[in-house]
Amino acid sequence: MSHLSEQLASGRFVVTAEIAPPKGTHLAPALAAVEKFEGITAVNVTDNQGANMRLSSLALAAQLQQAGTETVLQLTCRDRNRMALQSDLLGAAAFGIENLLLLSGDHSKFGDHPDARPVFDLDSVQLLDMTAGLMAGVDMVGNALNGVPHFFPGAAVNPAADPFELMFQKVSKKVASGARFFQTQSIFEYKNLERFMLSMEPLNVPVIAGVLLIRSAKMARFLNANIPGVQVPKALVDRLDRAADPMSEGVAIARETVGWARELCQGVHLMTLGHDDKIPGILT
Amino acid sequence: MIISELKPLEELQQALSEFDKLFLVGCAACATACKAGGEEEIFKFQEWLVAQEKEVTGSVVIDEACHIMRAARDLRHHKNAVRDADAVVVLACGSGIQSISSTVEKRVVGGLNSMFLGNVRRFGHYEEMCSLCGDCILNETAGICPVTTCAKGLLNGPCGGMEDGHCEIDAELECAWCLIYERLQSQDRQGVFARRVPPKNWSHRRKPGRYRLKDGER
Ligand code: SF4
Ligand code: SF4
Repeated sequence: MSHLSEQLASGRFVVTAEIAPPKGTHLAPALAAVEKFEGITAVNVTDNQGANMRLSSLALAAQLQQAGTETVLQLTCRDRNRMALQSDLLGAAAFGIENLLLLSGDHSKFGDHPDARPVFDLDSVQLLDMTAGLMAGVDMVGNALNGVPHFFPGAAVNPAADPFELMFQKVSKKVASGARFFQTQSIFEYKNLERFMLSMEPLNVPVIAGVLLIRSAKMARFLNANIPGVQVPKALVDRLDRAADPMSEGVAIARETVGWARELCQGVHLMTLGHDDKIPGILT
Repeated sequence: MIISELKPLEELQQALSEFDKLFLVGCAACATACKAGGEEEIFKFQEWLVAQEKEVTGSVVIDEACHIMRAARDLRHHKNAVRDADAVVVLACGSGIQSISSTVEKRVVGGLNSMFLGNVRRFGHYEEMCSLCGDCILNETAGICPVTTCAKGLLNGPCGGMEDGHCEIDAELECAWCLIYERLQSQDRQGVFARRVPPKNWSHRRKPGRYRLKDGER
């Protein structure tokens, strides 16, 4: 049992953070950064995040796991067909990785290899189904596995998505396909999170709210223009614009969001994009 | 129809650099309809070739360049002009180009890039709505194809990039899943949302495609 699954089961508020593998083979900075994380239950390892090619998430997660840090392996359908996804999952299990965040993935168009052919052989619902199959001892075509993996599969959701009911149809499918927890896209508005958590209630699956540290109004505008599914509301952009010290304003905003999550959700997922030193300030 | 467009002229200049005399082939079907390889485009291309100091020995617009035998027959009517040419330039889709390259001895230069199977929105505006997956899901998706019109070809609903019902790859495009959802709602049915759609059977789409009518169907 992973710590993440245990803590969520016991009702303790969890905190996850994330680390991106390097572009290249130099792992030391990523490993050192994770060493400094405090009060974190598990660390998400991103998978070619934003469709930018980096060292494999599985390789970094395996290293972290062996160094004693619990990870959440992110795995997207963008870069692998169903065979590669299954082999990577079995490989992850062999390295003791249990927590998974199973994603469709951003389109290749957004990253540094826009000419790549995106795969999307499976979607996130099918990936969850396949993972449940592996856990039951069979691959996608029903062949028995010699050695059965144990996972704690999670999925992503954007609580602010519009139309809400359409997004929620997919959430229900993900739960039916074995999603045991959700990590959300960055939360910016209380009412969106509240509405989402109300709908989640009957499903009884823990939700870890995404909290993004926005360092400046400029960064907020960049996110709005370039990152799929991220829309920083104008009120927050204005607040950052007016702030004398935008970074500490960003930390304050993140701290408020963590407060909403403590009230409504089962945990927070902190995205500090390299400013890990701000984590204690966000959590206080 | 197959939507195609003229290759960049610099690329064609390069491809034609070793030839002096050329025979031109167009197609009266799709390439004519999308104004890439009809009578008019063949004429314009001929003028361009002349400006490049090439000699054009003749030209023909074949009824359907993708019909291998008919293409061969039509070309036979121009035997001499083809014989006099160093190469044959084809303004047709990739299928059409290959009908020709499999029937003439000469080198064949394709003049078009073939892009997709397109619907005509209005004159000059083409949209891809079907990518010929061999296992059609339209009856469950209110007649809107997610395999093609969702940028990721997702089968179980929208991705997290949908913003206000628009697609993450292009804010001008409506999210296919939003359209499917709205139309299903207006038809008062659940359709594809009633089940988890299993992974697609891509063996239907194994390349190269082959299909033969059975004896009684011919
Ligand atoms: S599902 Fe889409 S791609 Fe497949 S045959 Fe139907 S319309 Fe074409
Ligand atoms: S936004 Fe909609 S159409 Fe675009 S990739 Fe996502 S699900 Fe597909």
